[in-house]
Amino acid sequence: MTMITSLDPRVTRMQINPNQAEALEPKPELDQFQTFEVFHQGKSGAHHVHVGSVHAPNRELALLLAKEQYGRRGQTINLWVVNTRDVFTMSAEDSDVFTTTPEKMYRDVAAYMVRNKVEAFKNKKPDGTTE
Amino acid sequence: MNTEAIKDLCYRMADDELILAHRHSEWTGLGPLLEEDIAFSSIAQDKLGHAQALYTIMHEHCGEPNADTIAFTREENAMRCSHFVELPNGEYDFSLVRHFLFDAAEYIRWTALIQSTVEPLAKLAQKIRGELKYHLYHAQTWMVQLGAKGNEESHLRMQSALHEAWPFAVGLFEPGKHEDSLIADGIFIGEHAAQERWLELVAELLQPSTLVTPHGVEPVYGGRKGYHTVYLKPLLDEMTEVYRVDPSAEW
Repeated sequence: MTMITSLDPRVTRMQINPNQAEALEPKPELDQFQTFEVFHQGKSGAHHVHVGSVHAPNRELALLLAKEQYGRRGQTINLWVVNTRDVFTMSAEDSDVFTTTPEKMYRDVAAYMVRNKVEAFKNKKPDGTTE
Repeated sequence: MNTEAIKDLCYRMADDELILAHRHSEWTGLGPLLEEDIAFSSIAQDKLGHAQALYTIMHEHCGEPNADTIAFTREENAMRCSHFVELPNGEYDFSLVRHFLFDAAEYIRWTALIQSTVEPLAKLAQKIRGELKYHLYHAQTWMVQLGAKGNEESHLRMQSALHEAWPFAVGLFEPGKHEDSLIADGIFIGEHAAQERWLELVAELLQPSTLVTPHGVEPVYGGRKGYHTVYLKPLLDEMTEVYRVDPSAEW
């Protein structure tokens, strides 16, 4: 019978001395497979939507395993897999470049007051006069 | 309609699917990778579905009992499965090689059945086409991965599993009692022609894997006549255990 010495399962099951946890050797790099990001297309003509990732040694296996993970339920037309390392992205601390964007309502279609004009156009009679 | 010949063909195919589905399902929860575990289990479910569809055709068109009764109440010597599907899973290399060789054979059979004069079989063949294509794609991807893109150990394991599996795989094409009428009535192309097409397909698909198939091996026959390996009986006992508790239960 194992003595429960900690609520951290690593300590009890793997018998890691919690005081020495920092001294553990890091695992070698690429000890695990790479990851691939999966994009799912539900209908013909629809956008491929990012749905998650899979672990795989190469893209052929990634596509095979993605088929099962993300295409086994519901409707699927196509899948893309992209090596996670090929995704070029911004760093988290640069998200401040977007801080004032929500204020720029003039870039938002909803900000334009066209409703009155549309209504006026609809009510126009063929001879050009209004009701 | 030549009922006896159709039954003979359907029993052989369906029993192979049923028993291999059970073997494949034994990997559920133990697969080498989480994603592969799920994929292999899904393929097992598909195989079970094919067996059920074939049993249902025999029930509706050949006067046989319903699918559950046929699947779960027959004695060992009434089963028409090949020795190949009865063999224990062994390690994953053997299971993958069996999956590949069996699914290549299935692909040939069902592709031929699209042209069958037996309409329900032709319709079923058309319906499950995509599934079979995926099963074969899954199997071949692994053969190439472990044969050519893995390491020395993976190549050796796959090659040795291929040698072990080969006589049993060729045994899948053991002729039945009604070969001549199946061919004459346009029901099926016959085991001999199927084997020829299978050899070609296997050679083509294995090409990028660098794995080679053995030559001049005697096929293992017997299953189609009701003679089975010692592995079938324990499998049937386990598979039918719950059903036998109460055969009249509604599921």
